[in-house]
Amino acid sequence: MMKKITFTLLISILFFTNCKDDKDCCVFPENITTTINFTHNWNGKEITNQELNELKFTTENGEKISIERLRYLISNLSLVGSNNQFLIDFGENSGSSISVTDISPGTYNLKFTFGLQDKDNKDGEYQLLNSVNFNVPAMLGGGYHYMQFDGKFLNNNDEETGFNFHAIRAVDRTNPNDLKFEDTSFEVDLGSIKIVKNTTIEIKMNVAEWFKNPNTWNLNELNTVLMPNFEAQKMISANGKSVFTLGKIN
Amino acid sequence: MKNFFVYFFSFLLLMNCTSKEKDFYTPVAYNLEIPTLFSDKLIAPIIPVDKPLTIEGVALGKKLFFDKILSKDNTQSCATCHNPAKAFTDNKQFSKGVSGNFGKRNTMPLFNLAWNFDELFTWNGKEFGLETQALEPVTNPIEMHADWVNIAEKLNQNETYRNLFSQAFDSEKIDSTLVTKAIAQFERTLISGNSKFDKYLQGEATLTENETNGFNVFMDEERGDCFHCHGSNNNPLWTDNKFHNNGLDEDFTDLGLGKITGDPNDNGKFKSPSIRNLAFTAPYMHDGRFTTLDEVINHYSEGLKRSSTIDPLMKKINQGGVNLTAKDKADLKAFLLTLTDNEFVNNPAFQK
Ligand code: HEC
Ligand code: HEC
Repeated sequence: MMKKITFTLLISILFFTNCKDDKDCCVFPENITTTINFTHNWNGKEITNQELNELKFTTENGEKISIERLRYLISNLSLVGSNNQFLIDFGENSGSSISVTDISPGTYNLKFTFGLQDKDNKDGEYQLLNSVNFNVPAMLGGGYHYMQFDGKFLNNNDEETGFNFHAIRAVDRTNPNDLKFEDTSFEVDLGSIKIVKNTTIEIKMNVAEWFKNPNTWNLNELNTVLMPNFEAQKMISANGKSVFTLGKIN
Repeated sequence: MKNFFVYFFSFLLLMNCTSKEKDFYTPVAYNLEIPTLFSDKLIAPIIPVDKPLTIEGVALGKKLFFDKILSKDNTQSCATCHNPAKAFTDNKQFSKGVSGNFGKRNTMPLFNLAWNFDELFTWNGKEFGLETQALEPVTNPIEMHADWVNIAEKLNQNETYRNLFSQAFDSEKIDSTLVTKAIAQFERTLISGNSKFDKYLQGEATLTENETNGFNVFMDEERGDCFHCHGSNNNPLWTDNKFHNNGLDEDFTDLGLGKITGDPNDNGKFKSPSIRNLAFTAPYMHDGRFTTLDEVINHYSEGLKRSSTIDPLMKKINQGGVNLTAKDKADLKAFLLTLTDNEFVNNPAFQK
């Protein structure tokens, strides 16, 4: 008799503990993992970090350029929740794959912020970003880079010249004691996606778009010292809006 | 009931085994004091879980660091080149090894090494991890030129070392792995984070007008633009620990990172050094070519040399650089010197 009771009790305990972790008891939905992969292309042709430092890409304006460093920040990725930041480093091939493990089946709106919205762009706040030197100087209002894109281009005199295509919150320094800001981060909305099983979602960055649309970028005129350039930052932001598209989902 | 006894006795048996090991000395955990500025701004330092810092390990590492027993003829220790009074450098362009040979690289200062998150050490990043790095100088013919088998033998014959190693690592046999583990523990305790500028950031010191302007030159993309590689008020390491070609040469006698990766696009790239403690670490650059900070600043201002791998952050190469004014140069230097950490070079825990 005693034995029987213990046995029943044990089974019940096992049963209940098992159920407790699941949201809908006893349906046992599988744990869905969603992986978001950022890939990079130049007008549709996929590029990898094996192609750094070669003057092999041609911008809309006709300049031959190379990519030496390309790292950028996205935040508020919808599938993860709010208040998250991810640094994607194309050159070092790191951060480009984001795994979300605790997602339940359903339809989701896939969106994120390129860079940091003003409310999140707090100076010195993010240890990971400080540790990789992604900060913006206090004289420009502090906070963080949205993107650091460095490379070289062949200028009008056929000379290899560096460019520093750095995106930050636009700042007007006409009066250094009274900085005027414009939030140049922007939302990328890739529409709704149905997730019912383990899913891999590709988000494509067409790097050429940064120099293309709506502003045809002239590297001979705008190449370095773009961070304190209010107008240049607004142009970068405008061009950024067509950079990301949804790729393969499987 | 019978089963119960079997379990009970197995349990006792296991207990017995574990308590037996307790007879060995257990080293005491070392409490690494991390400056608030570091813990506020940076991710945690790299201390591998299987290589925790212990009081015994650090003390042993320190003893080894200063002991000439690690060289071929007992004439050189790590500290011969890495002198604590000079932020662990030796003020020579190239250092002489025990066999009288000179290297081709300037001795690097040693501090904040646990915050080198990529763990790539030396000027061209050829050593991964502090333990691996410490293996190298002992055998390098241009450094201590010894043989690990002989060194281990010398140490094993020494009773003091036998005791210290058994306390730190619970081991009766000393070998290169344990020696480098101990040295790396000591190296991870070398923290420099208390310069005038650190105090300024914590509201405990004020900068002069010149120093403030110098900092602004450092941070201004249009003038120095040093911060993209050398840290900032938000990165107290004052280095990115990455590899760049900062425009020293048109042709490279030393390929730098390129020698390691085999990629010609990496030729002429060297690790950005921290700009802390420059007052102690002259001469400068991987080959110690500049004796003064003025020469360094002149280099960035008007001495840049074009090459295919020069970093895109180096601007106006045709004019040799951004051509800083005399005042900006002087102020930049004044700012750099606010990163001098006297407490670090005088710290009794780091002296022989
Ligand atoms: C003969 C002088 C000499 C001796 C002795 C010497 N070093 Fe060095 N050390 C150097 C030089 C030169 C470099 C730069 C080497 C290079 O880049 O190829 C260096 C680099 C280093 C670095 C890399 C630092 C960094 O930030 O990447 C560490 C760590 C180091 N040494 C530790 C040691 C230890 C530990 C010992 C003793 C076992 C030692 N050194 C003995 C000259 C010396
Ligand atoms: C592109 C990245 C980069 C930028 C920007 C940069 N540096 Fe450097 N710096 C380096 C590298 C890499 C080295 C080591 C080069 C070598 O030895 O070959 C170095 C070396 C130095 C050294 C010598 C330190 C030592 O211990 O030998 C000083 C001082 C220095 N830089 C100051 C500055 C200042 C001041 C500026 C701005 C005017 C600046 N750097 C801009 C990458 C950079």
